[in-house]
Amino acid sequence: MIELDWYLGLSAILFTIGVIGVLTRKNAIVIFMCAELMLNSVNLTLVSFSAQLGDVHGQILVFFSLCVAAAEAAVGLAIIIAIYRNHLSVDVSRIHLLRW
Amino acid sequence: MDAFVHLVPWIVLIPLFGFLFNGIAGLVSESFREKKSLIGTIATLAVFIPFLMAVYLFFMMQGDSESASISLFTWIEAGNFSTDIGYRLDQLSLTMTLVVTGVGALIHFYSIGYMADDEGYWKFFAFMNLFIFAMLNLVLADNMLLLFLGWEGVGLCSYLLIGFWYTDMAKSDAAKKAFLYNRVGDFAFLIAMFMIFRTIGSLGFSEILAGLELFTSLDVFMIGLLILIGATGKSAQIPLFVWLPDAMAGPTSVSALIHAATMVTSGVYVIARLSPLYMMSAELMLIVAIIGAFTAIVAATIALTRYDIKAVLAYSTVSQLGFMFLALGTGAYVAAIFHVITHAFFKACLFLGSGSVIHAMHHVEHKLHEEGSNVHFDPQDIRFMGGLKKYLPSTYMTFMIATIAIAGIPPLAGFFSKDEILVMTFNAGMGEYGAIYIGLWAIALITAFMTAFYMFRLTLSTFHGKFRLPEKVKGAENSEKHLHESPFTMTSVLWALAGLSVIGGFIGIPNFVVATFTGTADVNLLSNWLDLTTMDADLILSKQVEWMLLFGSVVIALGGVFVAFMLYGDKEPEAQDRRIAARFGALYQVWNDKYLLDEIYEGGIVRPTVRLSDRVLAVFDMKIIDGFVNMIAYIVRFFGSVIRYFQTGLVQTYAYGMVIGVIIIVSMLLFR
Amino acid sequence: MEIYFFILFATLAVTSAIAMITTKDTVNSALFLVLNLISVAGIFLLLKAQFLAVVQVLVYGGAIMVLFLFVIMLLNLGSEEHLLSRFSVKYVLAFFLGVIVLSQLLYAIASVTGTLPDLSPQMEQVGTVEALGDELFTTYMLPVLVTAILLTAAVVGGILLAQRKFSGK
Repeated sequence: MIELDWYLGLSAILFTIGVIGVLTRKNAIVIFMCAELMLNSVNLTLVSFSAQLGDVHGQILVFFSLCVAAAEAAVGLAIIIAIYRNHLSVDVSRIHLLRW
Repeated sequence: MDAFVHLVPWIVLIPLFGFLFNGIAGLVSESFREKKSLIGTIATLAVFIPFLMAVYLFFMMQGDSESASISLFTWIEAGNFSTDIGYRLDQLSLTMTLVVTGVGALIHFYSIGYMADDEGYWKFFAFMNLFIFAMLNLVLADNMLLLFLGWEGVGLCSYLLIGFWYTDMAKSDAAKKAFLYNRVGDFAFLIAMFMIFRTIGSLGFSEILAGLELFTSLDVFMIGLLILIGATGKSAQIPLFVWLPDAMAGPTSVSALIHAATMVTSGVYVIARLSPLYMMSAELMLIVAIIGAFTAIVAATIALTRYDIKAVLAYSTVSQLGFMFLALGTGAYVAAIFHVITHAFFKACLFLGSGSVIHAMHHVEHKLHEEGSNVHFDPQDIRFMGGLKKYLPSTYMTFMIATIAIAGIPPLAGFFSKDEILVMTFNAGMGEYGAIYIGLWAIALITAFMTAFYMFRLTLSTFHGKFRLPEKVKGAENSEKHLHESPFTMTSVLWALAGLSVIGGFIGIPNFVVATFTGTADVNLLSNWLDLTTMDADLILSKQVEWMLLFGSVVIALGGVFVAFMLYGDKEPEAQDRRIAARFGALYQVWNDKYLLDEIYEGGIVRPTVRLSDRVLAVFDMKIIDGFVNMIAYIVRFFGSVIRYFQTGLVQTYAYGMVIGVIIIVSMLLFR
Repeated sequence: MEIYFFILFATLAVTSAIAMITTKDTVNSALFLVLNLISVAGIFLLLKAQFLAVVQVLVYGGAIMVLFLFVIMLLNLGSEEHLLSRFSVKYVLAFFLGVIVLSQLLYAIASVTGTLPDLSPQMEQVGTVEALGDELFTTYMLPVLVTAILLTAAVVGGILLAQRKFSGK
């Protein structure tokens, strides 16, 4: 049997990779995708706990997390499109209107 | 009286409702301000109804003479200090209530006619009702703090009403002066309250009077002295009386109500209320008497140099208040309250009568302007008057009656009360510090002479002889045809008050008068009525002495009248005054200059204070306090200018911040 | 056998994630993410959560990632220049922060290691569609409805934000 730790560890690694990606990349869409990656790793954690405890509620939480991620992706991409229209770029280092 | 004491809060609250109604309605609705008869009626009823209630209580109290208290609610509760809003119904407070509401109602009614042309009509009546409310709180309070509330309240209303025509700088200055001099007295009063609380632990009158043994004799002297100082401020005695003559800047109804009949008597009331305390120290009583006597004579000497009709009456009020304080100082509390009552009657009559005269003179000025003659003269100056008895008959007759009363001529009211004061002063001459009291009695006698003298000087100059305006002022020829009597709303009140001045004295017929014929007598109604609430000195003079004193005071009074007639009968006052000035020389100059008191205060106290504020305190305020506030603003701005660089506008910067924050929080959780 | 599959899927997930964040081409990034999602779905299967595994592939991989690809191609983005070719403090800092986060997470996991029981035998029944649906539509009915509204709002919002022409003022 595979112990729970391994699943959790995998989830931690994926999460970290997502964090590094968010901090590093300049392309807004890629940053967004890294955020999705982070979300996904959390889903993995939830499912593994749910499996370990035999409780279905963890999986239900994942279900809702999935829905929210979908909604968030739709709206976020719409925003990026709107930004692209105004600035002709999705490079986050170029978009700093709220600067001092 | 427990069954009836629940009426007392209503007596106090109805004028408050009058104030609120007239005040708020006048404030919000411009059309309401036009409804002058409605405003006047509401205001007068707001005082008259409490009067009726007080009369009812008076009759109920004849059978059952126990005092009663009622407490509405707890006002302040802090630590072990607790005070209620509570009222006390006993003979003394009921007497004062009757005077305040009775005379007050009459003056309100008079004002309906007198203030009819004024724009601030609604404000005037609102303030008058507020004043009655505060005054009733003062006389009906069952503890010193509520009394002090009323005390301050009447001071406030005095300020509001003296400065009623505030657009005139001189008038608003007079109001400020009144308030400030009152304030000095109030400060002393406050300290007295602190001292009382420290020993007794409560400010209720019943507790204070029950716990008098707890005070040391030094305590008693200090507290009595401090309250006396407070009283000198409110009741215009030496040294704080200088505001009262200036207060004549207000409308005449105000002068009549506040500065003759009610507010100025609050000092007398407080000392009478605390009579057991005062009786504990002979030195204290002596000081009260000395202040009273000297105030009386000083004010009387100033009064006979004045030409403004209201100024004479103002100084006369100060002088009569001096008599009341003299009475208090000799242990004659009943006599003092008696004089309060009779003084309210004739002084109010005199003031309102003078209001009628001023009204007529104003009318003359108006008419002359209409005719095209641009004359200006002071309508209150008696040098421009004269011969008014022909044109203002009712005013003349009531004014004369009131003058006879104040001069102390029997059987009018002033005689009985003033005579009782003189008798009690002489009586005190038999006891401790007797020699000084005899001296004060002599001073009082001289003052009685002067009172008759200057009052008749005033009356004769105003009403007898011939009308002097046409010859004194160019452009006012034939102006006497414009003189006419005041309307019924005004003269009816004058007659009512004159009537009271005639019969009012009979409530206090001295016992010895009747006892001479019938053996023993107990006819002094007022004394019997008030004896239960004040602690009076004993009368130890024999009947013969009392008769001699009585005749003496009558002779003195008549003497004053006679001399006045001789000098001022039908003649010009100015010329006669010059004769007196020649006779008394430098002394007359001192009287004319009002003893330079105003100048002394101005130079010695007011100006240095203003200079101190200007040079030191203002600088402190601007540089240090403002500087401190500005510095705080500067610090905030400085920090802002530094921190703003965190807002780079880049999403990734914020992402970094978030990650670092998460790391910190998680490590806190992990390594707790 | 299980262990082998786990190692396979785990490695696949990690490498595709790393590839996703390092590749220059945006489309490649998206495709690597799809690969990552599928491998995670495989791991879900290992945990006997059949329903979620399928849903993950369908929704995440099939809908969301397709949306991403649409947008990427719509915007016609080029590849990012200077990625990892220039040395920048940013990369070092990001790397270190990532390492710190990872170490914290691993520490948290390690502190409970050995204390947790193994996979429960009930998993077989729990991961089925019936079990999930049962729970979902009874106890969690309200959240389901709210989620429906949420999705509607997201759709409307997305359309509003992204529309080309703005009518009127």
